[in-house]
Amino acid sequence: MNAKAYALYLKDFRSEIRTRYAVNSLAMFVLVATSVILFSIGNETITQSLTAGLFWVVIFFSAMSGLSRAFVSEEERGTSLTLQLIAAPSTIFSGKLLFNIVLVFCMNIVITLLYSALFDGFVIKNLALFIAAFFFGNAGLAIASTIIAAIISKAGAKGTLYPVLSFPILLPLILTSVQLTLMSFEGASFIEAKFELAIIICYDVIMLTASYLLFDFVWKD
Amino acid sequence: MAWKIFLFLLLAFVSVAGIAFPIVPVPTKWYEFPFIPGLKENAKIIFFHVPTAWLSVVAFFMSTIYSFKYLRKKNLDDDAKSYAAAQLGIIFCILATITGAVWAKFAWGSFWSWDPRQTSIFALLLIYGAWFALRSSIESEEKRATLSSVYAIIAFLTVPFFVFIMPRIMKGLHPGSADDTNSGPVIDFKMNANMELIFFLSLIGFTILYFWMWNIGYKSIIYRDKINKQYRG
Repeated sequence: MNAKAYALYLKDFRSEIRTRYAVNSLAMFVLVATSVILFSIGNETITQSLTAGLFWVVIFFSAMSGLSRAFVSEEERGTSLTLQLIAAPSTIFSGKLLFNIVLVFCMNIVITLLYSALFDGFVIKNLALFIAAFFFGNAGLAIASTIIAAIISKAGAKGTLYPVLSFPILLPLILTSVQLTLMSFEGASFIEAKFELAIIICYDVIMLTASYLLFDFVWKD
Repeated sequence: MAWKIFLFLLLAFVSVAGIAFPIVPVPTKWYEFPFIPGLKENAKIIFFHVPTAWLSVVAFFMSTIYSFKYLRKKNLDDDAKSYAAAQLGIIFCILATITGAVWAKFAWGSFWSWDPRQTSIFALLLIYGAWFALRSSIESEEKRATLSSVYAIIAFLTVPFFVFIMPRIMKGLHPGSADDTNSGPVIDFKMNANMELIFFLSLIGFTILYFWMWNIGYKSIIYRDKINKQYRG
């Protein structure tokens, strides 16, 4: 099962290398969104809590612009029936999830580097906490957006519905991640942030379990 | 039939009692409510605001339960029940948001202040909105039922985060929040016995009303689907 999931991930990865569809649109989206924010800030100095919020605004909308491709592309090419024949639903979900996780991590590392170069308020005092928040936040983002992408690919309206469906599901994750990012700016210790970290890990585990359980129903026609 | 008359009398009593009974510093007569610091005369809205908020969550819960049932049995009647519950749920959710906002204007000074519970009811509104948007985008009945069931279950998993966790980490204005000092947790609300009695009567009355409306709602959806099928076939 793992070998098949990895093969599926490699397939997506290779087709991404060839077309560079998701990477190009994601990179441009990050650039556009960040520059809109920079233009609107102008010469003002913004607080650290606002910087943490804006950081996650860009992450959320970039994710919404790129991650729905995972399943929609299979439906568009008409390859989803073949996939149904050759692999179990959970294997397919694992492969797609792996691809989305890699995509989210690459995207967010770029966003983090851009922010630390461009925003004065983006000064991380507790790097370990930031990395922990970054890791679990991105994992949760990838998990929830993958299962929503699966739902979207089977529904009629594809592009517009994706952020609408994802936002309420991602809201607890985003609120907690903003809080954790702010804490890492302020240099809070792990003890102070343990409650928020627990929430974010709970969210990841719950969403991962539910996604694997429910994906069967979404995938089988 | 008898229970409908009973329900009418119950809701009529609750409405009159909730609005008309006076609030006094030291209640002595059976119809007098106690003065709660921080809430004052605004306290009366509790008889109407809390049941609507409660029912919007109950409706969401029922919608999820029937989604589970649909995924297990693939019976379209369960989808109709889930749909009817959500239709009522969004109405009660809007009512709870509006009554809450009006209360907030007089109690806290602004209609909206992103208190954790306001955030949660807003998220619930968004979930209902997204759920109906998803349903309206799918043509096939079975596919619509399956996908909306899956979405309802995933959305329901976020409820514990909003209900139990957010109010405890964010600063809130509602009674029972993390930094609340004057009126303690929600359950121990400094209501006296008669106020509690009317509060719970109101809760029971509105819940019965909800189940009655839900019963009519899902039956009408099932009949409508049957008639549509006969026309087509």
